[in-house]
Amino acid sequence: MAPVPEIRISQPPIPREAKVNDERRLPAAPVVETSPIRQYLLSRGNSALADRIFHLLMVLCALSIFAIVGLIAWQLVMNSQLTWEKFGLGFFYKTFKNPITNEPLFWDPVNERFSALPFVYGTLVSSFLALLIAVPLGVGLAIFLTEMSPRALRGPLAFLTELLAAIPSVIYGLWAVFVLVPLLREYVNPLFVRVFGWTGFFSDDNPTGLGFFAGGVILSIMILPIISSLTREVMSAVPHSQREAVLALGATRWEMIRMGVLRNARIGIVGAIILGLGRALGETMAVTMVIGNTPEIHRSLLSNGSSMAAVIANEFTEAVSDMHRTALIEIGLALFIVTIIVNAFAQLLVWAVTRGTPSQAH
Amino acid sequence: MKGENFRSRIRSFTDRAVTVLAILATALVVTPLVVIFGYLIFKGASSLNLDFFTKIPKPEGESGGGMANAIVGSGVLLGLASAIGVPIGIGGGVFLAEFGRGTKLANSVRFTADVLNGVPSIVMGLAAYALIVSPHVNFLPFLGHFSAFSGGIALGIMMIPTVCRTTEEMLLMVPHAVREAALGLGVPNWRSVLSITLKTASPGIITGCMLAFARVAGETAPLLFTALGNSFMSTSLNQPIEALPLQIYVYALSPYDDQHRLAWAGALVLILLIVVAVSLVRYVTSRGVLKGAS
Repeated sequence: MAPVPEIRISQPPIPREAKVNDERRLPAAPVVETSPIRQYLLSRGNSALADRIFHLLMVLCALSIFAIVGLIAWQLVMNSQLTWEKFGLGFFYKTFKNPITNEPLFWDPVNERFSALPFVYGTLVSSFLALLIAVPLGVGLAIFLTEMSPRALRGPLAFLTELLAAIPSVIYGLWAVFVLVPLLREYVNPLFVRVFGWTGFFSDDNPTGLGFFAGGVILSIMILPIISSLTREVMSAVPHSQREAVLALGATRWEMIRMGVLRNARIGIVGAIILGLGRALGETMAVTMVIGNTPEIHRSLLSNGSSMAAVIANEFTEAVSDMHRTALIEIGLALFIVTIIVNAFAQLLVWAVTRGTPSQAH
Repeated sequence: MKGENFRSRIRSFTDRAVTVLAILATALVVTPLVVIFGYLIFKGASSLNLDFFTKIPKPEGESGGGMANAIVGSGVLLGLASAIGVPIGIGGGVFLAEFGRGTKLANSVRFTADVLNGVPSIVMGLAAYALIVSPHVNFLPFLGHFSAFSGGIALGIMMIPTVCRTTEEMLLMVPHAVREAALGLGVPNWRSVLSITLKTASPGIITGCMLAFARVAGETAPLLFTALGNSFMSTSLNQPIEALPLQIYVYALSPYDDQHRLAWAGALVLILLIVVAVSLVRYVTSRGVLKGAS
């Protein structure tokens, strides 16, 4: 066996009596025979510099996320100036009169008169309908999955809802056009007209089956997975001791869920619902395909209408003038601001509940 | 104690009623999914053939033809999107998990990423239009008109938050001992992150990227006024390009049965891509070091 040469990486310690400014007493630098390992390590260059560059790169990547949000906001604001200068805030609530028929008129690209009111109305109505349907179902599903379902069912059901969340909007739209709308037209809408016709919310003057109601139903299917998976997340973040304490007092399972789980998780559930609302407000393709796309306001949910996202998707490439284009961009800007506020608020609520626990949903 | 008895009966009745309601809600949620999938597979499988993958669309009203141009176009767009979204997203995730843990900057980056994730895709399209496509932007030859380039950028930006957050979650799953072992051997930090931590978490990160990929693969709204659509085969980044979801949208609203058939086939192809991605994510996160992530 060849003798292993001594490897010295650091200099020998300076003798204790040596002073820093006493140069005469410093020993001469020892000649260290550089070993292969040392040579290798030295050949790698200055890793401190590389580390700093790497760190900087990663920080840049992270900062680019801020930059993107800023850039989007800036571009939308710059490109909607024209409409903002002409209509101001009235863009969102003013109506015009048709000079001939004297009927209210909202969206008149030919004469460059624009009001976003019918689109705001359509977005609000369809999103509200969607929440009305999706919230009870989503929370019910979450309760079933976290508290009641047998273990064997839990995985597959969670997987199924995850899939529901991953289906692209346009495929929901395709399905809605060919399956949901005919179904509503033939069976559901006539029934609603007969039972609830007296309220004025369901009138039978639209034979197509398209409209706010169809939009609301397809939206509810699309936001269900978000609501239910987030609700599930916050419900499973509630400590088990809470459930056990309530059960120990003799509560039934529902009382345990109500007092032990829902009460503790309610902020997070509200957050989940608001997050679902945020998704519903900005959802484009499926709604565009079924809402009917007419810039009108009707009391009846079965009438054709339009929404903010739908009008952009529909008219932007065919915008007839700069004013028309900037009007659509301003609607986009409003959508951007509203969804950012809604999402930020919801995110804070969800974080308030799940902070400190690893996320288990999705 | 008659009252007591009555009350307990009501309580147990409520309990049972709620159970039934919860089961009903579950059934109501699962039904549309099964119906959508069943219908999609039924319609799509009966319309899918070799022509779908090899031919470009026939003129309206003629039968036959396929979506080869849309498949190639989606490939080009998604390739560009991944080239933008994946590196930036992973970099952001590395920052969140390795450098910024617990700092104010990291928290605000995480928050902004989540908010960006919630920005409607149509707004992304508008921003990409204003930034790249708008005729007022014409100081470079590839700006100022509809192009595959602008569509790819819009999709790439949409990938960033998803990739970033999954990367972070996956990196947090890597045990500290692995990092310490690497640093203890004298490996510089950047090297340890690249070839130890990222490598350990790579199955999770790759599937996270696939998930983001699958999500933007189905996006239509941001492409409406960036990539625009193109009925002919094109691979040029400088020209309008077709994409599967765009084609599905146009064909779904067309009056021709044959185009409906193609739309269903396209939808089936998209869904298969997405199902594979989602299942892979589940498979990867159910085993190994990354168990429990995502």
